[in-house]
Amino acid sequence: MYSFDYQRPPTIEEAATALASSPDAKVLAGGQTLLPTMKQRLARPSVLIDLGGIAGLQSISRKDGMLVIGAMVTHHAVANSQEVKSAIPHLADVAENIGDPQVRNRGTIGGSLANNDPAADYPAAALALGATFKTSQRTLSAEDFFQGLFTTALKENEILTEIHFPIPKRFGYARFSNPASRFALAGVAVAETAAGVRVAVTGAGADGVFRVPAMEAALSKSFAVSAIAGIAIDVKLLGSDIHAGADYRAQLIKVMARDAVTMAAS
Amino acid sequence: MKVTLTVNGQSVIEDIEPRTLLVQLLRDRLQLTGTHVGCDTSQCGACVVHVDGRAIKSCTALAVSCEGTKVITIEGIGTEDHLHPMQEAFREHHALQCGYCTPGMIMSSIDIVNRKGHKLDEHTIREELEGNICRCTGYHKIVKAVGAGAAAMAKSSA
Ligand SMILES: Cc1cc2nc3c(=O)[nH]c(=O)nc-3n(C[C@H](O)[C@H](O)[C@H](O)COP(=O)(O)OP(=O)(O)OC[C@H]3O[C@@H](n4cnc5c(N)ncnc54)[C@H](O)[C@@H]3O)c2cc1C
Ligand code: FES
Ligand code: FES
Repeated sequence: MYSFDYQRPPTIEEAATALASSPDAKVLAGGQTLLPTMKQRLARPSVLIDLGGIAGLQSISRKDGMLVIGAMVTHHAVANSQEVKSAIPHLADVAENIGDPQVRNRGTIGGSLANNDPAADYPAAALALGATFKTSQRTLSAEDFFQGLFTTALKENEILTEIHFPIPKRFGYARFSNPASRFALAGVAVAETAAGVRVAVTGAGADGVFRVPAMEAALSKSFAVSAIAGIAIDVKLLGSDIHAGADYRAQLIKVMARDAVTMAAS
Repeated sequence: MKVTLTVNGQSVIEDIEPRTLLVQLLRDRLQLTGTHVGCDTSQCGACVVHVDGRAIKSCTALAVSCEGTKVITIEGIGTEDHLHPMQEAFREHHALQCGYCTPGMIMSSIDIVNRKGHKLDEHTIREELEGNICRCTGYHKIVKAVGAGAAAMAKSSA
């Protein structure tokens, strides 16, 4: 790992100022992605701004029909939060199935969403639920936030602070894991909120997390497994790698969508 | 940069580079070499320690991020004369061969008991040990030991 300076500011404002004032500064959340990347010398920040000292980023609450989760809330905390379990029970399950217990104790929801790994679980959940992203500068919709592989709308000096999840009528998420890494080969999130039905896919898209309009239309008419049985996924949208070909991923998406609908409907 | 934390009940103040990993502070500065580095890529769990009561991989945490915390390593859970019940269970059930993964396995196992209680079924133990890799044993005896150690911890804390 190259050397760097380190700061642990107590407020978002000070963190934002520190981030803006040094070129190549980077925010550190749980470090479960960033530290391995720095060890491989794929990232070389001049300064790390540790968000771990900002108490305001670590709370979970319910506000105006929304479940509000602070960016620094760990996967472990989401998985075990009564607030999350009562508002969106299967969102707690999403968190419980990320990585292993040690990763869940440090990895954060904000770090996962800001990183936008094409195989990460939270992006699918956030896109299906139509979450809103609050940052140190503005508010973004999920559509605007996710911009492709490892890319989001966050600017260099912008900090993700809160994620606001609409409380859905129903929500389910099913993942087919790579047997070695346990990351999703295909993960499908299905949500019905006041804004309608949305289906989002992770792990499989050539350009990261994406929605499936045909499934959304079918489930809007009838929220049942039978409604999506005949819907095929365009393989041109999907990635192919040593772990799975696009055609296999297309099939997995259908099966995971079925499981997610079953979970949501139960 | 100065970092102050408590390690196995002792207050520690060290002057370190920000890039120092927690495992480097423990092994290289404090000579607590029971905590191992198996992969250095957050996969194997040989480096697991407890920070403020939670198991983490110390190869994937900056020591400076642990400012003000209480760290417990494998050296801090028992003594040679009085092994921790989980250590005793690993010995009793022959849950190690080379022993490289063992400190991390034991720290993770104690964390499982802290979160899930003293009655652990095999499925739970296997799921919860996802972050710990053993190249020798084939896991069966580890799983047995964790179940027995969990039960023994109930008795010893009673
Ligand atoms: C062994 C292992 C298994 C894993 N398995 C899974 C899995 O099954 N599913 C899954 O989804 N993930 C998995 N992960 C990834 C894990 O969820 C990470 O915790 C997560 O991707 C990054 O979160 P973090 O808090 O560690 O962020 P960090 O590593 O600290 O940061 C990641 C990136 O986001 C930026 N960032 C962080 N927070 C903010 C913020 N608030 N505002 C702006 N930018 C920010 C950082 O600058 C950095 O570029 C796994 C990781 C490991 C090591
Ligand atoms: S050395 Fe830390 S997980 Fe392998
Ligand atoms: S006993 Fe050798 S790696 Fe587990």
